[in-house]
Amino acid sequence: MTVTATRETTASPQAPVKKPGGGDRRRAWATRAPLLPALIFLIAVTQLPFVATLVISLFDWNSLKPEKRHFTGLSNYASVFTDEALRESVVTTVVLTATVVIVSVVLGLVFALLLDRTFFGRGFVRTLLITPFLLVPVSAALLWKHALYNPEYGLFNGVLTWFGELFGIESIAQPEWTSEMPLIAIEASLVWQWTPFMMLILLAGLQSRPAEIIEAARLDGAGPWQIFRHLTLPHLRRYLELGILLGSVYIVQNFDAVFTITSGGLGTANLPYTVYETFYRAHEYGLASAAGVVVVIGTIIIATFALRVVSSLFREEASRA
Amino acid sequence: MSASTATSPSAMSSANGPERKARRRSAALGVVAWVVGIGFCLPALWMVLTSFHAEADAATNPPSLAAALTLDGYRTFFGGGGGPTPWPPLVNSLAASFFSTVLVLLLALPAAYALSIRRVRKWTDVMFFFLSTKMLPVVAGLLPVYLFAKNTGLLDNIWLLVLLYTSMNLPIAVWMMQSFLADVPVSIIEAAQVDGARLPTVLRRVVAPVAGPGIAATALICFIFSWNELLFARVLTGVVAGTAPVHLTTFVTSQGLFLAQLCAASVVVSLPVLVAGYAAQDKLVQGLSLGAVK
Repeated sequence: MTVTATRETTASPQAPVKKPGGGDRRRAWATRAPLLPALIFLIAVTQLPFVATLVISLFDWNSLKPEKRHFTGLSNYASVFTDEALRESVVTTVVLTATVVIVSVVLGLVFALLLDRTFFGRGFVRTLLITPFLLVPVSAALLWKHALYNPEYGLFNGVLTWFGELFGIESIAQPEWTSEMPLIAIEASLVWQWTPFMMLILLAGLQSRPAEIIEAARLDGAGPWQIFRHLTLPHLRRYLELGILLGSVYIVQNFDAVFTITSGGLGTANLPYTVYETFYRAHEYGLASAAGVVVVIGTIIIATFALRVVSSLFREEASRA
Repeated sequence: MSASTATSPSAMSSANGPERKARRRSAALGVVAWVVGIGFCLPALWMVLTSFHAEADAATNPPSLAAALTLDGYRTFFGGGGGPTPWPPLVNSLAASFFSTVLVLLLALPAAYALSIRRVRKWTDVMFFFLSTKMLPVVAGLLPVYLFAKNTGLLDNIWLLVLLYTSMNLPIAVWMMQSFLADVPVSIIEAAQVDGARLPTVLRRVVAPVAGPGIAATALICFIFSWNELLFARVLTGVVAGTAPVHLTTFVTSQGLFLAQLCAASVVVSLPVLVAGYAAQDKLVQGLSLGAVK
């Protein structure tokens, strides 16, 4: 909104020069024409279904009893906020998203700092570090569930057995990872997948750091910690914000890991999974739509901040060009 | 301790002591980076190793590192044991990803052209409209799309996935390509237009060569996202049009758990993305951060 306002005020002095004559208008349309297919397509495929979701959310509609469909106003929204399971999934979504984003940003920062210096085989290590991000998300979730968390022959318990044998412990504890700590199990697998994303963004940030200023600070006797604290971290602020916000937007929507690792059981159902369950299994179309709209409102709140960060970076870029 | 006291007198006299210390610290951090890299990648490496083990060796506790390597997991995954072959889902994924990528390019290229070279008025607002659609969660539109598909007979049809994947990737593609096309010098385009070249010619002869690598990377990223997608495919496809990720999820439940085979399947399904991702890793982050980080 503010973007539009400022642009219009700056554009107004030029406005009298271009009178909207017939030739100008045709030229304006010729300029706009290449844009239209993409715009129309996006509006049709993304905005129309959302409007339909809004409408459906106002109906009491179970697809198994279609004859009972009727308008109920906002009562589905009341159910979303009073229903124990749905409220729980709101909390789960917040906890899951916050944990994954925070841990992966911190790890990503450590990895980025490690890779921001030249050493033997840096390219190879970088390749290793981004690999988790490049696995198909379902593969990654299945890998964690079956090859790592499996209580009988998963790698984690296998390593525990190794340690047990190493220290002569006969029967070392063999946790049932996914049932004893279901949410942490999902979070760990998501942190593993998202840390490389944070690392790549922060690495881009580190490499755009002005080298002269750091050199000058070093000559003035600043230690590595002081340089990090007073130069690197402030410079990275934008990139940290960007990583946190984009990560949030992507992870709030996570479906694959929850669906694969626990099928939403044991208090791990987040909102996207709950919406999926409500309409796909429980056939409660109205309720599912209301929950979907709640997800959108939550995402819009995050996205507003995300857009502001992106737009400030973008404007910097535009003014540099 | 003793080593540092032994070197310190010479270091003080020659003044290269701090430098050597820094170099040693840097080497140590290099080793740390290697350890962190291998440790972090270990689950993926474990998956690859397990995929080459026989089922009996894959499911042991403690894990058997020295077990004989075999291609059985891959052979069974590809239907060697008389089971279902993964080719239909793989072909579906390939087709859906390929056609949606082509459609994205056809729609995004002209749009990016209008947004970067021949700037329409209020172009930043249009850019942010594109971006805002990306922030709309997919679950918000899933049910109407499902109902639409059910009523029009488009359920279990890859062309529906093609349309949805196109809408999913179009905003990212527009943002990325806008930044790549902005690198094309306008003077060259104007010169071509003075010479009488029309829009298609300008695009092909002038814009494509300069922005080509960026456009290729954009296509790669759109392909990866489509290939990875699960929720739409899971809800909107079934027997006929199921994609590779859907096949992976049903694979476990339908055949019981065969760890080596599952790992082989995961490796096969991830392979195209891994290859594409390594090839475009810098552009990947630019695409994911919607062009905000170059």
